[in-house]
Amino acid sequence: MKSFAIVAAEKIGNPTLNIVIFVVFVAITLGIVIWAARNNRSAADYYAGGRAFTGRQNGIAISGDYLSAASFLGIAGAIATSGYDGFMYSIGFLVAWLVALLLVAELLRNTGKFTMADVLSFRLRQGPVRTAAAISTLVVSLFYLLAQMAGAGGLVNLLLGIEGTTGQNLTIGVVGILMIVYVLVGGMKGTTWVQIIKAVLLIIGAGLMTFWVLGKAGLNLSSLLGDAAGAAPQKGAVLNPGLRYGLTDLGKIDFISLALALVLGTAGLPHVLMRFYTVPSSKEARKSVVWAIWVIGIFYLFTLVLGYGAMWLVGPKRILAAPGKANSAAPLLAYELGGTLLLGLIAAVAFATILAVVAGLTITASASFAHDVYSSVIKKGQVAPDDEVRVARITAVVIGIVAIFGGIWAKDQNIAFLVALAFAVAASANLPTILYSLFWKRFNTRGALWSIYGGLISSVGLIAFSPVVSGGKVTAGKAASLITDPSVDFHWFGLENPGIVSIPLAFFLGWLGTVTSKEVSDSAKFAEMEVRSLTGAGAEKAVSH
Amino acid sequence: MSTTPTRKGGSSDTGYQEVQASEEFAELRSRFRKFVFPVTALFLAWYFLYVILAAYARDFMSTKVFGNINVGLILGLLQFVSTFAITTVYARWADKQFDPTAEKLREHWERGEL
Repeated sequence: MKSFAIVAAEKIGNPTLNIVIFVVFVAITLGIVIWAARNNRSAADYYAGGRAFTGRQNGIAISGDYLSAASFLGIAGAIATSGYDGFMYSIGFLVAWLVALLLVAELLRNTGKFTMADVLSFRLRQGPVRTAAAISTLVVSLFYLLAQMAGAGGLVNLLLGIEGTTGQNLTIGVVGILMIVYVLVGGMKGTTWVQIIKAVLLIIGAGLMTFWVLGKAGLNLSSLLGDAAGAAPQKGAVLNPGLRYGLTDLGKIDFISLALALVLGTAGLPHVLMRFYTVPSSKEARKSVVWAIWVIGIFYLFTLVLGYGAMWLVGPKRILAAPGKANSAAPLLAYELGGTLLLGLIAAVAFATILAVVAGLTITASASFAHDVYSSVIKKGQVAPDDEVRVARITAVVIGIVAIFGGIWAKDQNIAFLVALAFAVAASANLPTILYSLFWKRFNTRGALWSIYGGLISSVGLIAFSPVVSGGKVTAGKAASLITDPSVDFHWFGLENPGIVSIPLAFFLGWLGTVTSKEVSDSAKFAEMEVRSLTGAGAEKAVSH
Repeated sequence: MSTTPTRKGGSSDTGYQEVQASEEFAELRSRFRKFVFPVTALFLAWYFLYVILAAYARDFMSTKVFGNINVGLILGLLQFVSTFAITTVYARWADKQFDPTAEKLREHWERGEL
């Protein structure tokens, strides 16, 4: 226990230097946000950055939006502490982009205007389908947002040397307020630039560390793996699959369930889909995804080296004893390699990561409420665009406040489960309806509602009765669940990830609802959607100032 | 500035059904589906093959090929290679085989003639 106490009390880096780097970063990005927003006038400016970004800019921004703290810190940490199984996450997160590239991005860009619900409700009954799509957008975005906020608290505390509950809450509050300011001032244009800057910093930072680690290992991946395995208590097993998943039959099924949710979740994430509206055409949307796949793929290759590098140079024991546990693997590796300065830079990158992602989520959730619920459902479309944007801004403030309090509440929770939940809900509630409405002529309103609500309720419901919420494995009198009290146990669903049940169920319900409904699909609207989605005839054009 | 879709004629007839009924559009749609559906089936099958091997064929995945590099790592890296390859092939196919026809149909629709 003595060595544990020493490690836990270890101070890394220089908090003053880190704070200076943070402040400089915030000042620069705020300046850019104000500059980017100088021409913001219309709703298309606020929601979609005037649709004036190039494919390359948007592709880099998508990478910035997608590579959240869970990707950067989470995957590097998972590899550093459980080896090969951490690597499998990144494969799912990357391959998922092919679904977006081949089936969704271009068709969605041509069909919709500002939100995911634009496409889902295009040829179905507007009111009920838009409401359902908006509810699922808000649920997915809020879970994702909570995970990021909770992560922000722990991470920033580690890097700034802030201790105690008040300090932690204060950090979450500052992150929330900054996010509100970015979104209010900059709209989608400002948010996009923050994401671009963040993605560039992240790739440079991670790339630098990767080549540093490889250099130390004599540019030899095999010897890096050997050294890493030597530093781990499980030795050679860290190079093989199975350390984290799959000691049991149920564990193996859980792993397949997770893999399914990851690969089908990305193309149903509303904040990812909304980014396709920021470019002028479907061709640019395609270019965006091509850029995003390259940037994200190369980044995940870096994390493989960073994860094993942290295992080798820092060691799993020290990582798990640090305040952020597995999440601190990348910052600790930076400190080990380049001392306080590199740690400060990587800390700024991690902070940028969280800010960029929360801003993207906030604008998506507020757009969905203002555009889908307020304007289309409550006001039946009888609302001036300026009024709609005003509502979106107010919603952004409300969501920011909810995120601050939610983040404070969730700060001690396991953030990985919130992200996995967001992916599972997106894959269950959103993707089936997106695909059916784009490709299946007969698809109708009942099919959409059954699929969205069925996917949403089954995925959230199964999580609620899974070991993630109660009755997890008990160690030292505490259950590894949301509810840590081992005497409270109402779980009956054995898997941690509901995807393997809820995703097929949502596809099935979409089919069943459609074939049992007497509603005849609107053939004129279907013709419009099909022609528009494939050729771009009548698609929203860029705003010219 | 204009964000509303423009099409000459301005009658209540939107022209979408005419385009949809045209042979050229039917051919474009079928060419698109004949590319994206099989490729989607292919990469999903390849991905789940990898996932199932990682879950149920531990020993095979743990076989060392050279040094500390095992089959699992190679197959994992091949998932990256196949993703990059499909991305490149699709982007090229779309630029050359898909965009010209789609653009032609869109221009026809915008001018209100077919």
